[in-house]
Amino acid sequence: MDFQNILFNALNEILSPTTAAYALAAMGLAVHFGYTGLLNFGQAAYMLVGSYAFAIATISGWPFFAAVALSITLSLLLTVILGIPTLRLRADYLAIVTIGAAEILRYIVTTTGMTEITGASEGLIGFKGTFESLNPIPVGTYDLGLIVINEYDLWLRITGWTLVALVAVLLFLLMRSPWGRVLKGIREDEDAVRSLGKNVFVLKMQALAIGGVLGSLAGILFVLPRSVQPGNYATTLTFFIWTILLLGGAATILGPILGAMTFWVILSLTQGILFGLVDSGIIGFMSVTQVGQIRFMLVGLLLMLLVIYRPQGILGNKKEMSFGV
Amino acid sequence: MKLASKAPTTMIRAVVFTLLSALFLAGSLALAPSASAEEETTGTDLESNLVVSGSLIADGVKLSGVSVRVVGADIDETVESDSEGKWAVPVPIKADYTITLDLSTLPAGVELVDTAASQLNVKESDWLTSTATRNFRFVGAAVETASVTDQFLQRLVAGLIFGSLLALASVGLSLIFGTTGLSNFAHGEAVTLGGITAWVAGTIFGMPFPVVILIGLAVGALSGFLQNQFLWTPLRNRGTKIVQMMIVSIGLSIVIRYIYLFFIDGTTKSYTGGLSGVIAIGPVRLTQGSLLTFFMAIGVLVLFALFLTRTRVGRATRAVSDNISLAEASGIDSGKIIQIVWILGSSLAALGGILLALYRQVSWSMGFEILLLIFAAVTLGGLGSAYGALLGSFVVGILVELSSLVLPPDLKYASALFLMIIVLIFRPQGILGTKQRVG
Repeated sequence: MDFQNILFNALNEILSPTTAAYALAAMGLAVHFGYTGLLNFGQAAYMLVGSYAFAIATISGWPFFAAVALSITLSLLLTVILGIPTLRLRADYLAIVTIGAAEILRYIVTTTGMTEITGASEGLIGFKGTFESLNPIPVGTYDLGLIVINEYDLWLRITGWTLVALVAVLLFLLMRSPWGRVLKGIREDEDAVRSLGKNVFVLKMQALAIGGVLGSLAGILFVLPRSVQPGNYATTLTFFIWTILLLGGAATILGPILGAMTFWVILSLTQGILFGLVDSGIIGFMSVTQVGQIRFMLVGLLLMLLVIYRPQGILGNKKEMSFGV
Repeated sequence: MKLASKAPTTMIRAVVFTLLSALFLAGSLALAPSASAEEETTGTDLESNLVVSGSLIADGVKLSGVSVRVVGADIDETVESDSEGKWAVPVPIKADYTITLDLSTLPAGVELVDTAASQLNVKESDWLTSTATRNFRFVGAAVETASVTDQFLQRLVAGLIFGSLLALASVGLSLIFGTTGLSNFAHGEAVTLGGITAWVAGTIFGMPFPVVILIGLAVGALSGFLQNQFLWTPLRNRGTKIVQMMIVSIGLSIVIRYIYLFFIDGTTKSYTGGLSGVIAIGPVRLTQGSLLTFFMAIGVLVLFALFLTRTRVGRATRAVSDNISLAEASGIDSGKIIQIVWILGSSLAALGGILLALYRQVSWSMGFEILLLIFAAVTLGGLGSAYGALLGSFVVGILVELSSLVLPPDLKYASALFLMIIVLIFRPQGILGTKQRVG
């Protein structure tokens, strides 16, 4: 078994653009759940809206920033549609409505009637041009020590992680502002905040909107290294983001970033080791596909163990981790 | 504490009840024209998981109820395509097979591209995996010759059947929510467990349908018991919050689902129970299996309702569901009741899975695919109310089927989820839920 290669692959996940996308989506969820206590089980819906709006707008000729603006606008619209009916209801209703809405959106983009626009089950390709044309990095290959990548990949990594860093700073400032403290107040005791004369509904709406915008930006970042595939936006995506958030620490700024890195390193390591074991015949009774399935079992198990034994995650403070209901 | 001391008896009664209802089913089935004898002659009691299958789709329209005959290697079996246009025949060995399409069963307006090509072949060398797929090529779209009323009736019946299946799963989910507050995301996997049991016991080991049902109920009951005993009760005792438990159930659902996938791979399996003959009632055509499914589901649900209203344990269950502190104060052992609810809920879900296998097909994610519909049914009816869940299931089932009259079929699940959201906006407590202050 080539341990060096397995380790290289795993370390490479730390700074991959996909990790950045998951980190960004998890930061959005941190605003929802970690800071405000909103049970959003439809983060995949925001990512879907971000990805599809960006891809469709770009394919029909919109410039890069206009397409991004459309993604953001539509994610705000989704917030209004989801938030108005549910934010006044008990916490678990938001969970059911958001997971339901995410599935509705996935069914809509997958339906064959929408093939002209969304590509139905084929998905979309050919939307990277505008992002590529903004690339100031000269054509060539670049050696990052662990891997050698081309100029597009390097540009994508720089953009993605810069965005993550900017959002982290922004969230840090927001959450220590009076506004952020009120959000935490809502998480701890909604009625107490209401009795202080704060409009809890509007504040929750704002939190949902900010987290949703982060989700849609994550959606754009998520598709830039690949194509848009409707199957990627199933409930599993939301559950992965929850695992990442709870792994790193829900009510922390750096938790989602650390969580995403750890999550992908673990997935890559287990895949490498299990593939190695299959190759060397130690667990030769398993096929390569089955090894992939074992990783999903591990994700599920990780989620269960985290919630039971360390609900505050790696970085969190136990006192700050309140599961509300 | 009178009831508490009787706890072991309550347990036994619940188990006896489960077994009795199973026996009732088995008995009623033995009387029904069971096809187990027929099965022996056609030889579907196989010890392999090989399948010859295909989809019948003409210009995007899925063709249901079309007869396909598979001949070869000691088998000669005729099956009908399901509502998705899919058909599958389990076969014993990787050998040559001939697939013949019964042209007379094609809907009006649909023809084969090459009318002479109503036969397709599978060669022994074509078997790369456990599935051999062959698709016929059609021209022309299915012209709907059925009148609007006939279509409506056909869909309505399909909706009632699907609703009764959902109901089996959702009353359990609703009672678990009512007694423990848990929105159990792993309930879909309890349904899948039933489906897989049906496939293993029925298709692979060729057991007769009543035996399959008994085994399914037993496996379901056992899984419910083990889950409650070794996961949920310890968690409750640790003081785990409801939201935490909900996320634990999501994790559990992922683990179990991929364990299923690991063992039965991603292909769909079929379990016909030898009940694929077609019955026509007026304009409505259904298979024996679907009809039996409906009556069995209704029978079990009636028994379950009687259990809830007429037995001591049932009344105690409703009491715990209503107000756990008050119930405990009046001497009910809530731990035992919760255990009974888990056992009953999981075995009902498993039964739903077996019948769903009969109605559609078996796959590793069959339960997860309908999980949100189950949630929609429970939420629509009113969280925690068993009768509400029943009502909600039929609303969802009928809506899902009727919506395909106006919407493309691949959006039919979306319509039910959409209705759920609409109802939550205007009546958050659900149709039968009691109004309480929320938010």
